[in-house]
Amino acid sequence: MASAVVTAPPQSRPRKLTNFWRDGDQISHLVTLLFAASVLLVTVFLVYELWIHSGPSRAKFGFSFLTGKTWDPVAEQFGALPFIYGTVLTSFIALAISVPLGVGAAIFLAELAPPKLSNACTFFVELLAAVPSVILGLLAIFTLVPIMRQYVEPFLKDTLGYLPWFQGPAYGVGYLTAGIALAIMTFPFVISISREALLAVPPEQREAALALGATKWESTWQVVVPFARLGIIGSIFLALARALGETMAVTMVIGNDTSIHTSLLAPGYTIAAIIANEFTEATGDVYLSALVELGLVLFALTMVLNAAAQLLIIATTRKGSRQD
Amino acid sequence: MDRLKRRNILNNIMLTLTGICTVLTSSVLFLVLGFLAFNGWRSLNWDFFTKLPLSAGETGGGMANAIVGSGVLILIAAAIGIPMGFLGGIYLAEFGGKTFSMMVRYTADLLNGVPSIVIGIFAWTVIVVPMHHFSAWAGGFALSLMMIPIGLRATEQFLRAVPNSLREGSLALGASKTRTILSVIVPAAKQGILTGMILGVARIAGETAPLLFTSFNNQFWAAKLGEPSASLPVMIYTHAISPYDDWHRQAWAAGLVLLTLVLIANIASRWVLSRGASAQRG
Repeated sequence: MASAVVTAPPQSRPRKLTNFWRDGDQISHLVTLLFAASVLLVTVFLVYELWIHSGPSRAKFGFSFLTGKTWDPVAEQFGALPFIYGTVLTSFIALAISVPLGVGAAIFLAELAPPKLSNACTFFVELLAAVPSVILGLLAIFTLVPIMRQYVEPFLKDTLGYLPWFQGPAYGVGYLTAGIALAIMTFPFVISISREALLAVPPEQREAALALGATKWESTWQVVVPFARLGIIGSIFLALARALGETMAVTMVIGNDTSIHTSLLAPGYTIAAIIANEFTEATGDVYLSALVELGLVLFALTMVLNAAAQLLIIATTRKGSRQD
Repeated sequence: MDRLKRRNILNNIMLTLTGICTVLTSSVLFLVLGFLAFNGWRSLNWDFFTKLPLSAGETGGGMANAIVGSGVLILIAAAIGIPMGFLGGIYLAEFGGKTFSMMVRYTADLLNGVPSIVIGIFAWTVIVVPMHHFSAWAGGFALSLMMIPIGLRATEQFLRAVPNSLREGSLALGASKTRTILSVIVPAAKQGILTGMILGVARIAGETAPLLFTSFNNQFWAAKLGEPSASLPVMIYTHAISPYDDWHRQAWAAGLVLLTLVLIANIASRWVLSRGASAQRG
């Protein structure tokens, strides 16, 4: 922007030195442009490579790849449905836990907590987001899985066992455990972005609600939260995109079973997990390209979600600044 | 009055619940740190840093090759990712037009959101397939792809935060645009950009998924960058899912080392940033 406002004064007579520096400007413009353009190129190239390398699988299965239920490398029959199901189910479990928890915490941090406490808690939560997923997976294997197997899953079976979602043996690993691990990885996103959105709500909104006799909760829930809703929804989309693409922690606790189960306690598979587990062992063109095609499906899913999240977040920040 | 009482009760219940949510979510970090410190500290010894891994089932050995391997991978990634992110960021902040910049920005956000396992597939198709074997190059390349968008956005953000009066002052003194960027604007934004880059490195240091089928793993020292290379995250993964107790012990130790490095980088960069902000204000 600055460049448009400030222009060099017109030169009355050409001088060598200034000419050289002006050429230098053009060179640096060009060089930085090339690097910026390479980001575009790399991304386009990424999609192209995924498309090309998934060719044999796309040619053989077509769209039935997305609905096929068998995954049989020996017979070279590949269907993605169990993995799409597992990915969507674990992400859904993760959001069912992390959204109420995260939005609740964001409300407390934005509306009630004194700024120092709020900043400290946000700091802890954001540090949690920096913990590598393989380390959370390590913890999940050795702490979460035994707890699930010995206490949580038997308890769920005893109390809710008549529901189809809580049946079968308690392995400890499975959809539910993976969903909980994902919840821990996603709530930092929900909290930090929702908190920003809530903090961006003009104080007049709160004051007006309180002046009309609303309680603190009523002003928060009926005025402040609806005002910031686009930002909160954006944070949920980002969390969902992260949950869908998350690999390591899920791979370590999902249980690796290539069939579809209704029970949340059963072991399953996600798209990212099967790629991580089978890619280096895959033999044959069709097998490999089926795995690449799974990657393409995952890419498409997260791309759509990310785009939606970006638009929502942009919409809220624009709205916020206009209100100011 | 009954209604007012009900509203007040609801108010108190809901506000308490949000407090509970906060306590639960904030305490997870300490649970993670506690478990890791407890299990990792018992497992950590000098051998861990100096010896090679032993074959499966044997007791003892260390992860010296994985520590060095991670370092090498990060260096490759930084050598590619930092200049690309930095120069691209300069373009966006200082030269960019409207439409093209928006496209680049949007693509960078997309690239940032691409699942790391998909990045791994891409690096595999581009480097492992033509070379016919796994290599440190491929792993470093995969990690660099995750670094570029972080560096790009950090550079752009902090360059934009430099006040326009500085640009105008420099141009008014007759400096060219290139000179202005190099001697005035970048130095003014140095701290923030550096912080962004450190955060980027901290993020890729713990990435596992892109390495599984690019740099793969290695029980020995990798003599060349064209060979498969061990790395801490992949070691943690393979050791954690193995059935051997001693390997589990090593996984905890590796986890503690990795997390300590990542958290130090995060805390340090935030500290530098907050100090910079207060220094500018004061």
